[in-house]
Parts: sequence; C-alpha cells; structure tokens
Amino acid sequence: MSCQRPKARWAEMRPDSIAIIDSGGANIASLLVAFGRLGAGATLTTDAATIQAAERVILPGVGAAQDAMQRLREHKLIDVIRGLQQPVLGICLGMQLLADASEEEDVECLGIIPGIAARLHAETSSPVPNMGWCPIRKTKAHDTLANVDDGTYFYFLHSYALPVSGFTIAEARHAEAFSAVVANRNFVAAQFHPERSSAAGSRLLQNFLGMSR
Amino acid sequence: MQFRNHRIVGDIIDLSERYCAAGADELVFYDITASPDGRSVDRSWVSRVAEVIDIPFCVAGGIRSVADAEDVLNKGADKISINSPALENPGLISDLARRFGSQCVVLGVDSRDLDGNYSVYQYTGDPDKTTPTRRSTIDWVVEAQDRGAGEIVLNCMNQDGVREGYDIGQLQLVREKSLVPLIASGGAGEMQHFLDVFRMANVDGALAASVFHSAEIDIADLKQFLADHSVHIRL
Repeated sequence: MSCQRPKARWAEMRPDSIAIIDSGGANIASLLVAFGRLGAGATLTTDAATIQAAERVILPGVGAAQDAMQRLREHKLIDVIRGLQQPVLGICLGMQLLADASEEEDVECLGIIPGIAARLHAETSSPVPNMGWCPIRKTKAHDTLANVDDGTYFYFLHSYALPVSGFTIAEARHAEAFSAVVANRNFVAAQFHPERSSAAGSRLLQNFLGMSR
Repeated sequence: MQFRNHRIVGDIIDLSERYCAAGADELVFYDITASPDGRSVDRSWVSRVAEVIDIPFCVAGGIRSVADAEDVLNKGADKISINSPALENPGLISDLARRFGSQCVVLGVDSRDLDGNYSVYQYTGDPDKTTPTRRSTIDWVVEAQDRGAGEIVLNCMNQDGVREGYDIGQLQLVREKSLVPLIASGGAGEMQHFLDVFRMANVDGALAASVFHSAEIDIADLKQFLADHSVHIRL
C-alpha cells in the first residue's frame, strides 16, 4: 500500500481538460491534488465556456446547499450545468446540488438526478454528521464502480443524503441505507470524498476519467 | 502529531506519508504552542501535507477566526479543530459551522476530574499556563453541539501520557450526550486499549500519538487486531 500513485494514461490530457466548478466553500485543494496525482490537469472555474469545453466536469461542494445554489445562479451556471453532455461528477454537496432539492433550508437544486436530500437520522450509535469511513454496496453495474468491490470503504463527511432510488448505483448505511453513488445519463455523483478515500477513491476517479462520452 | 517549530516540518511530511501508507484513517496535526503564545503560524506545511496524503486530515491549534479556518481549509485540510479559542469565544463555533458546515468543525476538549466533576481545562499546550475553567465537561460538550460543532475530540488529561488505557468512564458519560461523532484521546498504550474503548465507550474513533511515533504499535497490526475482534474498520 502506498500513498503515491503512478501516473496513468490521462497524463496527456490538456491542463484545462477537467473543469472543477467553483461552487464556493473551501476544500478544493485536495481535489486538485488528487487529479494531479493521476497526472490529469484540472482548472477551478466559474466560466461557462471553460466548463462547456472541458472533457470532464466536477461539481464539488462544502458548506450549505443554499449558498452553493446562489453562487451557481450568480454565475449563470444553472442551465449550463443542466445542458452538459460530457461526463459530470458531483461530490458530496455537489451530489445534493444535482438532485431535485435539499431539505436543508428547503432549497430547490438542479433537478438532474431525481431525489430530495434529507437530513440523516441521528442516534448515539449513528451520530450526525456522518464523518468517517463507511463500506459501500453496489446495487447496479456502472463504469464508475469498475473494480470497486462490495465492502470497499470510502470517506464520508455529511449531514444530508439522497435516499436509495432507482438512480442509486451504490448504497451505504448510517441509521438507514442511503445513496452512496447515483447516476443518470452522463451525470454521476458520490456522497463520499474520493479525493480523500485513498486507493479506492483514486480508482473511482480514474474510472470516471476513463468513461466514454 | 505534536510539533513546536519549523525545523521538524520535513519530519511531518515523512511521517504523514508513512502513516497514510500504513493505513491510518485520519491524521490530526496539533500545533500545541499556538494558542498560549497568541501568535500566528506559518501554515505552508498544510499545503505540503495535502499534497502527499490521500486520507482526511484535521488541523488543530492557532485557529482563532473564520479567516484562520478558511486559510487552513483552502490549503487542503478537511477539518479544523478548535479548543482554547472556543472557550474564550463560544460564538466562534457557531460562526465556523455557519460558514463551513458542521462537518468541518471539530471541538477539542481537554478534560479531567476536578473535585468529583469532570471539568474543562484551557491552554494545555503549555504546562505553565494550563488552567481549569469553570465549565463542566458535559455542559460544554452539549453547548458546543448546539452551536454546530460536528465532532468532539475528548482528551482525557488524567490518562494522557500514562498509557494505561483510555478513560472509559468519562468517555461513556460524554458519549451519552454526544449525537455527533466522539473521538477518544489520551491513554493509549497497547492494542487492547483501542479495542476496550471501541467496545465499552462506543466511540467513533480513537486517537493516539506517542505509541505510533515510537513505533510501539504498528497501525496495520492494530487495525487487523481490531477487525479480528469484530470492530468495523477499513483494512
């Protein structure tokens, strides 16, 4: 086991080939580093043309859904994101932004992946926020989860989650089962942080980069 | 990891890589002299850590404002942990939670038995400045959660450095009042201590420093031991 991953075949991708949408909040650095480790160049941006031209688009997010949606509106990115044809990966709050809505302050979101993010149920045996490593279980075959076995641990850091639905491709358990990864058309989203999930997270990001358009 | 000056930053990077490769689930960096001295810190090391590890890490010490926290998070830390500054200004917890979300905000609590009650201590980074506060540990943990703290690291001072096991009794009391993740700290000396604290105090994580630094306990061996005893853990 090592923290240094070999560079993959995406090394030849142009520096602007991955657009990371700047949805506000902090914590973008680890995402940039994770793609760097895979030898893929990524740019943090709110520019519509850059996002539309990118080969891959990432929608990250930390903080409140309300603030992030407001920021996307200010930069006129709502319809831009809805119209993207290339593979798009939502991460953590970014997953909830791709859904219909979030119960957090009753925010209407992008409506790309059906579902409403609901607050996790807190118990002393299942504290909220859910912060830590949890195993996932695949519920559908999908390119993003190729060579990721059932029971693989990923790092979660969240208080809200999408319920399990027909769009769920992997689930995890807290007090109840919730969607760990969802997919609809060219949109995929993970509730956990692949950029902080060691070798398993690196595998998922690599799979995402390898998805065909 | 505890450190006091720039000279050993190189060691920090090496150690970070080593612990990450050994299977640590999270790293916590304590700049233990930051608060007592009231000084600001050079945080370029945070970026360097973020570059070399691919597991989550938390930075504690010297975070006295939303701007401090933003700097640390922008440099790649996943969480920030506050202790003495939160005791001086509990509103800081609320401000940080509103700005970054509870999942970024960890409250560190240094606690020990004082006249039959568990009480919170302040400025524990410097033995000369360490002082008891008037706060009861339980009340403080409850207030911090109400204000938006997303995780509690309870450092049980009477066990710290003694290596005779975590303070199970105190952790059990705090567990009852914690609906956010609770991390045990202070007292780990052998692998059985980790198993005991997971089994008996139902904590979400166990933190240790010296037994790993001294290589007395190997992280991979420890995790295998815990898994063999039915603790759910990433291997």
